[in-house]
Amino acid sequence: MQNNQIYMDNASTTRVDKRVLLAMKPFWDKMYANPSNIYSMGLKARDAVEKSRCRIAKFLNAKPNEIIFTSGGSESNNLAIFGVLSKLKKGRIITSVIEHPSVLKPIEALEKRGFEVMKIKPKQNGVVNAEDVKNYLNHNTVLVTIMYANNEIGTIQPIARISKIISSFNAKRQTPNARRIIFHTDACQATQYLDMDVKKLGVDLLTINGSKIHAPKGTGALYVRSGVVCNPQILGGPQEAGLRAGTENLAGIVGLAKAIALINKSDNAELGRIRDYIINELLKIPGSQLNGCKIKRLPNNINISFANVEGESLVLYLDKRGICVSTGSACSSQSLEPSYVVGSIKGKEAAHSSLRISLSRYNTMEEAKAVVFEIKKAVKELRRISENEK
Amino acid sequence: MKNNFDVIDIKGRKFLYSQKVEDHFFNPRNVLDNRADLKKFNARAKIGAPACGDVMKVYLRINPKTKIITDFKWKTFGCASAIASTSILSEMAIGKTIDQAYKITADKIVKALGGLPKKKIHCSVLGDRALRAAIDNFRKR
Repeated sequence: MQNNQIYMDNASTTRVDKRVLLAMKPFWDKMYANPSNIYSMGLKARDAVEKSRCRIAKFLNAKPNEIIFTSGGSESNNLAIFGVLSKLKKGRIITSVIEHPSVLKPIEALEKRGFEVMKIKPKQNGVVNAEDVKNYLNHNTVLVTIMYANNEIGTIQPIARISKIISSFNAKRQTPNARRIIFHTDACQATQYLDMDVKKLGVDLLTINGSKIHAPKGTGALYVRSGVVCNPQILGGPQEAGLRAGTENLAGIVGLAKAIALINKSDNAELGRIRDYIINELLKIPGSQLNGCKIKRLPNNINISFANVEGESLVLYLDKRGICVSTGSACSSQSLEPSYVVGSIKGKEAAHSSLRISLSRYNTMEEAKAVVFEIKKAVKELRRISENEK
Repeated sequence: MKNNFDVIDIKGRKFLYSQKVEDHFFNPRNVLDNRADLKKFNARAKIGAPACGDVMKVYLRINPKTKIITDFKWKTFGCASAIASTSILSEMAIGKTIDQAYKITADKIVKALGGLPKKKIHCSVLGDRALRAAIDNFRKR
């Protein structure tokens, strides 16, 4: 990466923190043994894996044996959904239309197998109404999965309220053999910024992705509350208590735990200040609108649509100026469909014109000023090409 | 489900598209100047919709006697390949008779741009369709 680059696409992935790299280093070339081995190097590797597990458990206010290491957010989401439901034939699944594809696709697959799927449309501010979950709950319901914070518009979902609704429904069930409804949340975008206490959240399963929190890509974890039956999706060796076969990603696991230890929620205030500066400046551009609630929002997320400015064009203009950001425009996607997240609350036109800026602790106010300046210039130029008026 | 996939070959490029696309995207030719007098154009057309992510407006000046396109101005809301393809099309069409210009296909635009990713070709298809719609508009007058 060039020195003059400004990276503001941290909802896609983050830079690995130098301290994370340092923590991982010995496990590539010095203590690289398979943690399942019984000689001393193997024991050291095992120790590193289990210490990492304890660190992450502490962060989540969970027990170490409730943490399963995976290859990232997508695998954790797949394991949570298929793991809980693979032995069932039918039942109702409640989710939202703004979930990540790694939640929506497994659910689509289950729908084809005979499950009934209820997808909640969020309010216009991109926040799911907890009451909607209540309305969909019935005695056939087997799983509720709602993300903690949205990856595109950064909106924070009322997880604790939803879990209260589910547990009171579970408590009221008459039949003694009734299955408890399981509640999963995808917390990939939330981990760095929000309260991750699983007891307060009241969730049964929770997804973490290392690549969003300054750990390497290909690292992640799934919290599985004790007592929740989850069946493995990758079969083989007995690793991860039989829930996930395959030699542990030793260095990656150490890196994930280090990244979690480095999370400092007091960074949020400064990030929020930079976020608000960018939002306020960009909303001064005529024909701009903020996508997603201004308040129930991650401190690092900005998502704005500019009328008559196509997102891919804007991203490429900014790239020319050394700025990395992303868009929900169809042209930048593999599917040629615009963002279903922005589309679901603001319509397709806003989705094609949306720009997502996602910050990290490495971004500065100085960078924010430069980005605002370049966006204003690029929007003006692209509107000269697209608009007749004025 | 398809099990094999196309390996994307970026060949060390710093830009998503070909050099030709990059050039026309950042330096678009013949964009309609908002101060221009629209009366001087005797054919126009608009196709696409903002909800689809592409809108193209074409303004032609056609010599009524020779039927030669003497000017081609445009406005485009769309991605880089949409902007670049309209820009290069304007250069290709100026100086041609309307019968010749009518024969400019999407393939020819893509070739002139040094190629486009397969899934992007629908964008440039819009350009030639907009041009033909404008010529139809002229013929109806």
